[in-house]
Amino acid sequence: MAALLSPRLLGLLRKESLQILRDPSSIAIAFVLPVLLLLLFGYGVSLDSKHVPVGIVVEQPSSEASSFLGAFQQSVYFEPRFYGTRQAGREGLRQRQVKGLLVLPADFAQRLKADRDAPIQVIVNGVDANSARLLEGYVQGVWSSWLQRELQARQIPVARPVEPETRIWFNAELASRNYLVPGLLVVNMTLVGALLTALVFAREWERGTLEALMVTPVTLGEILIGKLLPYFVLGMGGMVLSVLMALFLFEVPMRGSFWVLALCSTLFLLTALGMGLLISIVTRNQFVAGMIAILATFLPAFLLSGFLFDIGSMPAVVQVVTHIVAARYFVTILQSLFLAGDVWSLILPNAAALVLMASFFLGLSRRLLRKRLE
Amino acid sequence: MLGRILALTVKEFLALFKDKRSRFVVVIPPLIQLLVFGYAASFDLNHIPYAVYDRDGGYAARELLAHFQGAPSFELVRPIQRQEEIAELIDRRAALLVIQIPPRFTADLVSGRTAPVQVLIDGRNSNSAQIAQSDVSRILTGFNQDWIAQHQLQGMPVSLVTRAWYNPNLESRWFFVSGLVGLLTLVVTMMVTALSVAREREQGTFDQLLVTPLRPVEILIGKAMPGILIGTLEASLVVTLAVFWFKVPLTGGLGVLYSGILLFVLAAVGVGLMISSLAATLQQALLGAFLFLVPAVILSGFATPIDNMPDAVQTLTLVDPLRYYLVILRSVFLEGAGFELLLPQMWPLALIALATLAAAAWLFRHRMS
Amino acid sequence: MTDSPLVIRGLTKTFRPGGRTVRALDAVTFDLAPGVVTGLIGPDGAGKTTLMRITAGLLLPDAGAVEVLGLDVAVEPLEVQARIGYMPQRFGLYEDLTVGENLDLYADLQGVPATARVERYARLMEMTGLGAFMKRLAGRLSGGMKQKLGLACTLVRPPRLLLLDEPTVGVDPVSRRELWSIVYRLVEAEGMSVLLSTAYLDEAERCAQVVLLHQGRMVDQGPPRQFSEPLRGRTFSVQVEPEGRRALQARLSRLPGVLDAVLQGDGIRVVLEGQSDQRPSDAEMAGWRPVDPRFEDGFVALLSGERHRGELPRVHARSISGGEAIQVTDLTRRFGDFVAVKRLSFAVRSGEVFGLLGANGAGKTTTFRMLCGLLPVSSGHVRVAGVDLRHAAAEARGRIGYMSQKFSLYANLTVLQNLNFFARAYGLRGREAKARIQWALEAFELDAFAATESGTLPLGYKQRLAMAAALMHEPDILFLDEPTSGVDPLARREFWDRINALAEGGVTVLVTTHFMEEAEYCDRLAIMASGEILALGTPAEIKARAAGEDQPQPSMEEAFIALIQRRDPA
Repeated sequence: MAALLSPRLLGLLRKESLQILRDPSSIAIAFVLPVLLLLLFGYGVSLDSKHVPVGIVVEQPSSEASSFLGAFQQSVYFEPRFYGTRQAGREGLRQRQVKGLLVLPADFAQRLKADRDAPIQVIVNGVDANSARLLEGYVQGVWSSWLQRELQARQIPVARPVEPETRIWFNAELASRNYLVPGLLVVNMTLVGALLTALVFAREWERGTLEALMVTPVTLGEILIGKLLPYFVLGMGGMVLSVLMALFLFEVPMRGSFWVLALCSTLFLLTALGMGLLISIVTRNQFVAGMIAILATFLPAFLLSGFLFDIGSMPAVVQVVTHIVAARYFVTILQSLFLAGDVWSLILPNAAALVLMASFFLGLSRRLLRKRLE
Repeated sequence: MLGRILALTVKEFLALFKDKRSRFVVVIPPLIQLLVFGYAASFDLNHIPYAVYDRDGGYAARELLAHFQGAPSFELVRPIQRQEEIAELIDRRAALLVIQIPPRFTADLVSGRTAPVQVLIDGRNSNSAQIAQSDVSRILTGFNQDWIAQHQLQGMPVSLVTRAWYNPNLESRWFFVSGLVGLLTLVVTMMVTALSVAREREQGTFDQLLVTPLRPVEILIGKAMPGILIGTLEASLVVTLAVFWFKVPLTGGLGVLYSGILLFVLAAVGVGLMISSLAATLQQALLGAFLFLVPAVILSGFATPIDNMPDAVQTLTLVDPLRYYLVILRSVFLEGAGFELLLPQMWPLALIALATLAAAAWLFRHRMS
Repeated sequence: MTDSPLVIRGLTKTFRPGGRTVRALDAVTFDLAPGVVTGLIGPDGAGKTTLMRITAGLLLPDAGAVEVLGLDVAVEPLEVQARIGYMPQRFGLYEDLTVGENLDLYADLQGVPATARVERYARLMEMTGLGAFMKRLAGRLSGGMKQKLGLACTLVRPPRLLLLDEPTVGVDPVSRRELWSIVYRLVEAEGMSVLLSTAYLDEAERCAQVVLLHQGRMVDQGPPRQFSEPLRGRTFSVQVEPEGRRALQARLSRLPGVLDAVLQGDGIRVVLEGQSDQRPSDAEMAGWRPVDPRFEDGFVALLSGERHRGELPRVHARSISGGEAIQVTDLTRRFGDFVAVKRLSFAVRSGEVFGLLGANGAGKTTTFRMLCGLLPVSSGHVRVAGVDLRHAAAEARGRIGYMSQKFSLYANLTVLQNLNFFARAYGLRGREAKARIQWALEAFELDAFAATESGTLPLGYKQRLAMAAALMHEPDILFLDEPTSGVDPLARREFWDRINALAEGGVTVLVTTHFMEEAEYCDRLAIMASGEILALGTPAEIKARAAGEDQPQPSMEEAFIALIQRRDPA
């Protein structure tokens, strides 16, 4: 605690804060970058397909076909596009005018009456497997609910042995934004934290100012805290801004408590800043530091944090790798905090992992920072 | 003229590959990324941890649960004895879903009544939840069909015949690996080109270059060659790995594939050189490359469909070269598309390449210093 | 024990850049004299900065000991750092903080109590004349003012030992003078001991003591007169007509018994070898006027064993029609609202060595860059080699050679790869290219280094390589931007020998410099300030213009300062 009161540390803190205030790039990284990224990602990244163009071929018009198509057109998921023949429909699918094709064969109405069963054909473009699967599910849903109504209306008995009663917890309407936005906060803070600090030591090395600092009686602890604290405040500012955007712009619910959010954000930011500091101290070169910061933070946080892709479904080796990605722990915490609440059995182990990583990065930074130029 | 360009190209390559570190950076990380991300990037759920709270215990319940155990992607965490355990399992994400079978399940089924089965799903990851939900209903449908057949009942007609073109098993890895070809080509090409002019400016060698009789076009070609060659080689390498390691089918022709690769690499080189000649310092170039790269990836349709984006954002994607390249790659790989189908993707790429390369050449000499 | 504030014993330090072993310091031993300014003198790469950094506790020595004010630096670096002041080469200023904030920071770090600050700041501001700029950002200060602020920051708490690492590098003569006067006052008023490193040999004469370093070894230590005095009676000045200067200088420097011959003022300064039997004939020496020896003479004499006299490069320039190699009319360059160069007009004759002089920010670099086509002009006309730069830039560029201030060839390519590239970039091919590369390797004695990465070459060789690359295509006009900054006096002589040989061969040379002695080497020169030409003419004419009552015969440096001050009387 004595170190906190030293006039040397106060001097360093004042210097660093003044530099931040005068250097538009720090402010830009802390505030403009998160806002831009969040807007871009928040609106750009969505897994909810709506108004998917779907081709429809009705080979023989009938009242049944019209009734079915009516149900189809009511759904927000589809944007029907009609083709005269099967061939035309298939060609439209091939040319990517539509994502899927629905064919009501000529004998649709006839077989529906006679056999109670009229096979209709659905073809989806399987290139984007995930979208294709969702599309398939939507079509299936519309079809079975229409068929059920149809059979009921005609008082035809149907045995339905087991009926699922599905309840989705935490995110009843399954809005992908609700789970993507907390993840985006993490990607954002990883970038901001690492970029803010990755350059600070490297910059002082390059400008020769660190040499002048080192020959004053300042201690290494003071230098480290003097660097960390102002950027921490800046990073937290960015975090607050992002959370506000998440709550009020993207309307993500917040079911956990804010103090837990603040505490976990502190831990994560310390980890991210510590990682940046370490990169900066090791490379001593703004260019290399920036390069590593981007490679070591953005892509892993994007792809290996579980923010977009399910970690449990990755091969075992890759799953092991995800454990050294700090973002992974924070993604887990944030998704639960926002959507589920204070789930201690989840928060505690993940927070512990963050504590471990933060101490590792900061401790190693302290060890590697020397008051010598070698 | 040819001699001068050749000399410049040779120099660029020497400067690039002389350094052990830059050799390493160009070759190794993209390969590691392909392997790691190739496995990591997938929406498929092959591991759905679930729990069962069987309050019935009758033979029909056991039969239903056997259906779940038979599904390869479903992994039983443990059976549950008490109601409170459900929340506990889902909260800490030990189970993605819990199946609750009501007390009179077997009795209802035997007497011909519809028996409800409660399925509780963790919705925090809405995509996984959605996939899990449809997997559950597929299993239930299978059980229903079996039950109806065993007891000679009248069931719902199964009349939807679904087929997926190009990717019959709907493997999302095919989608992502072919997309990674585009992502990695872009990253490597940008790394090679985005720093080349800025580095020379910072070291003062660019001035030395500008006082020689080299014309901007010659400098442009010389500077672009390493990016073009390395980008194309890298793309070929990644394509090879995608085909032979990840077994993604390559159904289209190599001619159309390479036309796409070449056009895209040209566009990427153009963007890289433009950023590089616009930047005053290496750091600016790096930041510029990064600020291009991130939105370019997000807005390309690499992970999430462009169609899902709001209209304004969709308009923005029109200037993203990766957007066109990904369509070309996926179409050639999976759909076997030919030139006539991909022309609408190719001319925008050519346009982007032309505009950025011209801007870069102009900037060589006219950027204020 | 001694009362010396700095005792160095057997100091040795080795670096290993890229696998090579470089001995930066080799068993250096000396005691610093208390209460005076000691100059640590030596060319680039002599080990000055390494010695400074070890003394400040920033580096650990491989062997030997450094004792500062009775404390072992290796053992108690923090204690030492609390007692000394150290200004690194780049002053260590935060350019985005104001003058006052920089002072506050260092006062905090040095633990200066708030009560003591008012008085100390006032004194420092009075000394440096920065009082009016307390609220200005350090980055907005001129080079000279930055340097003074850097000094003030190291002095917030009066140190007993002050270490200044090349404080005068890259600073114009006016600022250099001011800095020296501040240092003298400190020594007098506060009894401080100062160790100041410099590559400018003329500054040695301002020191009470000199430690001469060369290639990591200490050559000698003593008052500057100790270096120059042995040469008394061996230094002469030879008067000569301006046209014949260069030829005569070239001839004299090759005369047996002549150790050194350089252009100085209107004449040639000659230093003779020590042995009397090798003296030039009396007939030759008729009209030679004996002059006082300088420190530089002593330096050259001490290191003459390494003096190099190789074959000089021969170049035959094409004659330029009209006799004017460069013609500048109303040349103007604006950056936004700021006019960096204002309606400049001058002409450089074919075969002339033309100098462009000016303080930092005078516009000489901007002008220079426009002349070689690196910067578009805002208005006005530039004809280089008879070609308008706006219309036939590529053709004009084929006839010029360019060598920049910083080493700007490809550092990670070998010498041969660099030469190969530039030969081809200038459109040479086949046998012609091969011949020119062979010529470059021989004339600049780069044979032995052909396969060496050029970034690891010693500075002198880098400079040779840069010049060889610039001459690859036998240009008619050679542009040199501060070509000798940081180069030691021996290499500088060698360099000017080559330039003179080129000029004799008809090559036009345009050179910028802030070494005033080098201005004397030019046939004509232009002194620039605030984007305008202040004076233009031969060195003698310029000095005559600057002469006044107090300075009837000014040196080039005095003339420069007088002209600048006459323009801004403030």
